[in-house]
Amino acid sequence: MTDLTTIDRVNKGLKRRYRSERRFRLYGILAIALALGFLAFLLGKVFMEGMSAFQKTEISVRIYLDPMVIDPGGTRAKAALSKADYQGLIRKSLRAVFPDVKNRRDRRLLSKLLSMGAGFNLRKEVLDDPGLIGKTLTVWTLASDEVDMAFKENSSFDESVKSQGINARQSAWLRDLKGRGLIREVFNKSFFFSGDSREPELAGIGGAVMGSFLSLAVTLALSFPLGAMTAVYLEEFAPKNRWTEIIEVNINNLASVPSIIFGLLGLSVFLNVFNMNRSSPMVGGLVLALMTLPTVIIAGRAALKSVPPSIREAALSVGASPLQAVFHHVLPLSMPGMLTGAIIGMARALGETAPLLMIGMVAFIVDVPKGFLDPATALPVQIFLWADSPERAFEEKTAAAIVILLGFLVCMNLIAVIMRKRFERKW
Amino acid sequence: MTPIAVQSNDLEPTILKTGQTPRPERRGSSTEKETITHARSITARGVNVFYGDKQALKDINLDVQSNMVTALIGPSGCGKSTFIRCFNRMNDIIDGCRVEGEITLNGENIYAKGIDVVALRARVGMVFQKPNPFPKSIYENVAYGPRIHGLARGRAEMDDIVMSSLDRAGLIDEVRDRLDAPGTSLSGGQQQRLCIARAIAVEPEVILMDEPCSALDPIATAKVEELMDELKKNYTIVIVTHSMHQAARVSQWIAFFHLGDLVEQGETEQIFTNPEDDRTQAYITGRIG
Repeated sequence: MTDLTTIDRVNKGLKRRYRSERRFRLYGILAIALALGFLAFLLGKVFMEGMSAFQKTEISVRIYLDPMVIDPGGTRAKAALSKADYQGLIRKSLRAVFPDVKNRRDRRLLSKLLSMGAGFNLRKEVLDDPGLIGKTLTVWTLASDEVDMAFKENSSFDESVKSQGINARQSAWLRDLKGRGLIREVFNKSFFFSGDSREPELAGIGGAVMGSFLSLAVTLALSFPLGAMTAVYLEEFAPKNRWTEIIEVNINNLASVPSIIFGLLGLSVFLNVFNMNRSSPMVGGLVLALMTLPTVIIAGRAALKSVPPSIREAALSVGASPLQAVFHHVLPLSMPGMLTGAIIGMARALGETAPLLMIGMVAFIVDVPKGFLDPATALPVQIFLWADSPERAFEEKTAAAIVILLGFLVCMNLIAVIMRKRFERKW
Repeated sequence: MTPIAVQSNDLEPTILKTGQTPRPERRGSSTEKETITHARSITARGVNVFYGDKQALKDINLDVQSNMVTALIGPSGCGKSTFIRCFNRMNDIIDGCRVEGEITLNGENIYAKGIDVVALRARVGMVFQKPNPFPKSIYENVAYGPRIHGLARGRAEMDDIVMSSLDRAGLIDEVRDRLDAPGTSLSGGQQQRLCIARAIAVEPEVILMDEPCSALDPIATAKVEELMDELKKNYTIVIVTHSMHQAARVSQWIAFFHLGDLVEQGETEQIFTNPEDDRTQAYITGRIG
């Protein structure tokens, strides 16, 4: 024991040291695998559920656009045309497919296969081209959400599989339609462009996307210049005294204030004091700008700090004024960092729900907002609203909205990364 | 002090006349004069510098003569860098730094009220320890100073200033065909000469060099030293250096600092051969430092 040389002792310990290193690496790999696993599961689940929302079910009918129904006055006036009962026309055409359906109860069941919105699309077509009146058209009309769900789960409408909201008779009719090739699934383009609706098959994400876009435009326009200027002043010009220290501490504190507080602030100031439009992207953007501002300032200051002081000294030593030194050299060099901070702040604002609830952006809004003062909702709020809806078809809509929100977030973060890589400078 | 004229190769720093030194001839004037006139360019009287409560420099009195190289030497932390940064008021940007006493540049107190620091820095250029070119093109690095001061009318004149500055900094042959390349793509020694070109592009009266060769290899160092020898014909140069050998090679006047005191100053030869103070003796022979 006692005649162990130093190298013997080292060798003895070496094995144990390597073993513990291997163990540590294994723990690390396990942790990463677990984290990635959860993430993959979550994303996979959302995607699987959401993908079907990008498809919609349509039923083909031959419609005789009866002038007596659409335009009894024969004036072709827009007002008259838009009041006509197009839904009734479609219902009648569908009944023509199943002539043996006679009693009232069955007729109602048959009508229920169609979406409430089927008539709207037909009306739009007729209004666009009144020359269609009097002709017979073959039109793919929107099916109801129950049919849509049943078709997606069980595309052959097997008797054995019971779909919610579809009874045996309806199932038989659908099988019949399927057999005659009168029912199909197509890409749901309208999902991306239309606003919210009570009918799941009509509800789209367009209104929420537009609302989020308008809000973020206001947020970016306010928080980036304000944040950048604040950061430049605090970092480059402000004297270091107790006042700036208090400001600094408070900015850091504001960054960690729960977002709903900003919502309450917006409610009491922007809505109650300034009487701005409730539910408007303008107010939403203002609130989100307040929320993002501390993040942008902190990121901006970090970016300014990372510019080596030798660059400032170089500029000052050739006789640049402090303002020139900052605007010619320091600010351009810190811009990528500042923009990255701003984009990450924006991404956070995009995913924010709570403050928007406070200022009324949670309302049920059918129209796609066209301006900063129109009532609007936002993507995460839309997800919240749909998740709350009882219709089963909203489940897939919710997942699809999440997919779209995640898509936007990934894009924004990607832009931040690309920008950082591209403008990264070495000195 | 008696005004006398001295030969150009004479190291004797004497006063020809006091007061305003004629501004060095504009760039490129290479007609070697028979006599170089040495005048007091910078005088420091009773300079105290504080960082917060800590005193970094104690009652410094020093005259810097024009058209020669004055070296500030001393062990690390002795205040020589602090002192050189007083000459262009670079210490102003350090929080808590306070300068007392009087420093005059050609008779004008640069710490007086109403002195424009930006204008002062146009007259007193500086080269730093670590080469710090702007992350822009070589051309832009040199053109920046003249541009913000409005020294050039038009592109042709600016080209002129840039080319002649690079020429005088001994860099032109190496960069002539890549003026658009980033300044940071040059080697360390080239970068430092680019910084010198940038400093002389605004035609300062004095060039301050804060350990300009400490990040360079011996060959690059030799080039910069050669350059200093050339530049002192037109400019007053103050250099901070850690290297005894460098001080001996390039300077004509040496000031030795120790722990915030200016221990001794004198002609280079005299300091090296016959120092009066024991601490100087100890430092130049390598016993402290």
